[in-house]
Amino acid sequence: MRDAAQAAELAARASYGRLLAYLAARWRDVARAEDALGDALLAALETWPRSGVPDKPEAWLLTAARRRLVDGARHAGVAAAAEADLNVMLDERADAAPAAFPDERLALLFVCAHPAIDEAARTPLMLQTVLGLDAARIASAFLVAPATMSQRLVRVKAKIREAGIRFEMPAPGELAARLDAVLEAIYAAYGSGWEDVAGSDPRRRGLAEEAIWLGRLVARLLPDEPEAQGLLALMLYCEARRAARRNAAGAYVPLGFQDLRRWSRPMIEEAEEVLAGAARLKAAGRFQLEAAIQSVHAQRVRTGETDWEAVTLLYEGLLRHAPTIGARVAHAAALGEARDAEAGLAALDAIPPDEVATYQPYWALRGHVLKALGRAAEAGEAYERAIGLSEDPAVRAFLLGRRA
Amino acid sequence: MQYTILVYETEAELAARTDPKRKDAYWGAALEPPRTATTVRQPGGKRRVQDGPFADTKEQLGGYYVIDVPDLDRALEWAARCPSAAAGAAEVRPNLRM
Repeated sequence: MRDAAQAAELAARASYGRLLAYLAARWRDVARAEDALGDALLAALETWPRSGVPDKPEAWLLTAARRRLVDGARHAGVAAAAEADLNVMLDERADAAPAAFPDERLALLFVCAHPAIDEAARTPLMLQTVLGLDAARIASAFLVAPATMSQRLVRVKAKIREAGIRFEMPAPGELAARLDAVLEAIYAAYGSGWEDVAGSDPRRRGLAEEAIWLGRLVARLLPDEPEAQGLLALMLYCEARRAARRNAAGAYVPLGFQDLRRWSRPMIEEAEEVLAGAARLKAAGRFQLEAAIQSVHAQRVRTGETDWEAVTLLYEGLLRHAPTIGARVAHAAALGEARDAEAGLAALDAIPPDEVATYQPYWALRGHVLKALGRAAEAGEAYERAIGLSEDPAVRAFLLGRRA
Repeated sequence: MQYTILVYETEAELAARTDPKRKDAYWGAALEPPRTATTVRQPGGKRRVQDGPFADTKEQLGGYYVIDVPDLDRALEWAARCPSAAAGAAEVRPNLRM
């Protein structure tokens, strides 16, 4: 009994995304594919303990899910136009269940990050369809109520079906832009957990592992896309330092003071390898540049110091590709280290104030450089603002210490 | 699938459609300008007829096309070909299947 349940769980975990992507692509309906696959998994839990685990659990699940879809369509009284599709499905069912079915996960990822899909829904949709995460788990990572997240996901799946979004790879001319949206959505999943180190807030478990899993998937399915490799390298570099971002007492430790023994060497090595592979494809991009910046920081494991000139140059390159507020503030920080606090402050002053009014890193850095320049009163004001904008108690405590 | 492309145009675009040099770029069912519009409401069975378009916005419904293509992505490609997509906007909606 337990073996069968375990086998079902294992097949589900290993193949959920592949099975769902295949079914959703065939039926152009994510929601119904999910329901059918869910039913098939339940049926497996009922049947396998009695009849034994089938040789090819995935094929069994696929056949069962397809039967549900066909039956469901029959009951719903499908229009004549859809009958043709139905017949295709039945023909396929008549075949011995295919041992290998095409991997449509990439097409599914492109659907999830389709420009016609609300940006806020893209990451949750990927996590639910490709990884099988439930809405409550996704909701907690994005700090919204579970019911809100469920509704958002239901709405977006209805749009996919009703608007007729294509389950195919984008045309070559569109690939770069469309891939960028996929990578952005994966990176957003990674970022969801960044402020919460080591699960200090149980209500907010991040999705870093899940994001890296998706990053690996895209990097493997698109080996010739340097930005896909760049994103994977970037996430691995950041993840390698996760444990060092808090000390034993749980206090926040900024990058420059982290205990290098707590950085994960294997993860850094893997990141280096992935990034080197991306560089061989000779097309720089935002994620590769961000990964390269993290690579310079990672060199500290070997050399004991940080080449701030290199970091500054890479940020200049990044600003040409993606002039985000985050990159501008980080560039100012690098300048402050490479030259002096004066240069850092000048770079901060060049950013339009209304764009950074609620951007915590800007105010933390501003406090830092003003303090270095001996302008204590102004530094205190900047720290005040940074503290007010910090959600994480450990970061707040660190800034309170700096301000004092 | 059938889709309707609703084209929202600025006043300048609306004028361009009747410019002999530019009008060839336009296709589909173009509408006369909003100043010719009349809006009817019938709340509680009592008819109210009003001069002007339904909504008074900078871009106005200027025309529509019904196309039959396999999916939204191809519908969006057609929508992007409307000259007005550059100055105004083209909204794409699947037609309700009856």
